[in-house]
Amino acid sequence: MIAVAAGPNRIDPYVIPALDGVAYGLLVFVAAAGLVFCFGVANILNLAHGMLYAIGGYTAAAVLDGSWASLALALGVGVLAAAAAGVLLAGLLTPVATGNHLTQALLTFGVALAGGSLLVAGFGPDDPQVLVPAALDGSVQVAGHRYAAYRLVFIVVATALAAGLYLTVRRTRAGMLVRAAVDDPEMVACLGVSPTRIRVGVLAAGGALAGAAGVLGAPIIGPGADTADTVLLLSLVVVVLGGLGSMVGTLLAALAIGEIQTLGVALLPSAAPFLLFAAMAAVLAVRARGLALRWAAT
Amino acid sequence: MRDEVLRRVRAAVATLVLAGLLVAPWVVDDYTAAILARTLALGLVGVSVALLTGVAGMPTLGQTAPYAAGAYASAVLGSQVSDVGVVQVAVAALAGATLAAVTLPLVVPARGVIVLMITLAIGELVVTVLGRWRSVTGGTDGLAGIAGVRPFWGLPVLATDQARYLYTLVVVATLVGAVLLLLRTRAGVLLRAGRDDEMRLRASGHRVPLYLSGAHVAAGAIAGAAGSLLVVAQQYISPADFGFDTSALLLLGVVIGGTASVGGALVGAALVIAVRDWLFGVLPGHAPLVLGALFVATVYLLPTGVTRARRPRPVPAPRPPDVAPTRDRDATPELRV
Repeated sequence: MIAVAAGPNRIDPYVIPALDGVAYGLLVFVAAAGLVFCFGVANILNLAHGMLYAIGGYTAAAVLDGSWASLALALGVGVLAAAAAGVLLAGLLTPVATGNHLTQALLTFGVALAGGSLLVAGFGPDDPQVLVPAALDGSVQVAGHRYAAYRLVFIVVATALAAGLYLTVRRTRAGMLVRAAVDDPEMVACLGVSPTRIRVGVLAAGGALAGAAGVLGAPIIGPGADTADTVLLLSLVVVVLGGLGSMVGTLLAALAIGEIQTLGVALLPSAAPFLLFAAMAAVLAVRARGLALRWAAT
Repeated sequence: MRDEVLRRVRAAVATLVLAGLLVAPWVVDDYTAAILARTLALGLVGVSVALLTGVAGMPTLGQTAPYAAGAYASAVLGSQVSDVGVVQVAVAALAGATLAAVTLPLVVPARGVIVLMITLAIGELVVTVLGRWRSVTGGTDGLAGIAGVRPFWGLPVLATDQARYLYTLVVVATLVGAVLLLLRTRAGVLLRAGRDDEMRLRASGHRVPLYLSGAHVAAGAIAGAAGSLLVVAQQYISPADFGFDTSALLLLGVVIGGTASVGGALVGAALVIAVRDWLFGVLPGHAPLVLGALFVATVYLLPTGVTRARRPRPVPAPRPPDVAPTRDRDATPELRV
């Protein structure tokens, strides 16, 4: 055994963490994409975003019983519930002047606090167990290692979701309106598209993405008392690292965070607490000029 | 009209709260005095939030980061250096200022809601580090059994909750007084000018980012000093004291007090924290729900509190329901990458 370890096996122990990092990163991407939408298009810093993810997660824990039908049901219910919560948020935010970020942040934080409390009251204070479909419960062989089948399928599904998202934003009329609203909301309003409708739509879409991530990612970042905070923090770091408006940047940032959280921890366990911090500082330092130019008051 | 009423209500509440804080140690029991001392420390963090949010125009959700740095520095380093409170406050303020200085490159180039986002990320990351760096911080279990302090060389160690409360009160009053004096000088004027019209100030040759950096470091030092007071008041600290909830509550308190008002921030933050502690006492299990509802209600009751304090609006133009979202050009990032 020891004799073989010098060869290709030196990277062998890190294959599984690296693969896990991809799954983790894609999950964070789907969750963060919703936040990017709300922030980039509707100009709302939605601090309740983590709660929307938790709605999906708790739905998955409650509905999943190991069958495929339950997965479909959980996905449908979770996405609808989180999207409905997004619409509710949009409704609550209507009287708040747009561009008043402090008030928006406080309002969405209040909703997150109350919603999180309701979720814990409804589903109990313990972290619930999540049952994946029986066919995916086992493990498969990847490069000579056993790897959870669900995560492998999740990587495929999340990649499809990311591709679908990209095509929607790039190719459809709704996507064009969204991009136009980022650039020039006044002009979009002049074209006869109600900004209120765009805002409600974007918050609903952001909620749906968070809900989908919550259901599909429940076996990876499971529902629990800390879920909302964790997801919000990871999404915020993704937004800070990846910038706004570029989906490729968001994807790269999310994958980097996934690798840091899994591969980085496996490689440098002693430095694990600081890795996220260090990554954020490093990327911002490299991009400082660009960021300063982009974010400076113009 | 409404503004006038709001102003009077604020003034009356502030007077009541300040008078209450002065007589409190002789009226309330030990437990309440300890809680009040912690509330005062958080009120001081609220002052640093107001300094950044209202005076310098950088809304922050991350002042718990220097607050935590100060608290842990005071508990870990300060107690080894000396048991004199003044020294520990200085160590804590230095730690808070250092953390603020380290995060300067992340915060100062950003404006508006981006600051909110970056500071939130910094605050959360600091809490994560505190929870995982077990060898120094004791992890999520926190640090207990922190030795008592003597306020000044030659004075006895603070043994009762009343004494600790009075010590906290004196330090908070001194620091708030210093901030108020500082804001009356040229520095305060420049900060406010930068908040109101950055381009104009830059055009007249002022280095606005330098002023903002100064404000950020100063706010970090204040929050750090508050951390040392928390250690004295509680004699126990854990990462739970510095969570995201605390930042949001402080921001709410600062908004209630009128963002640009330092005294208002102290009173507002103290009130919000007191309400939270009271709620957790009377409604175990459902306090976050009520607290969240209170957030929403407060936002609706003070719909213009924020904008008015930050930039005076000459005429409240009638806003048709379907106008385009009027973006704050200077507060909104460019969205291209």
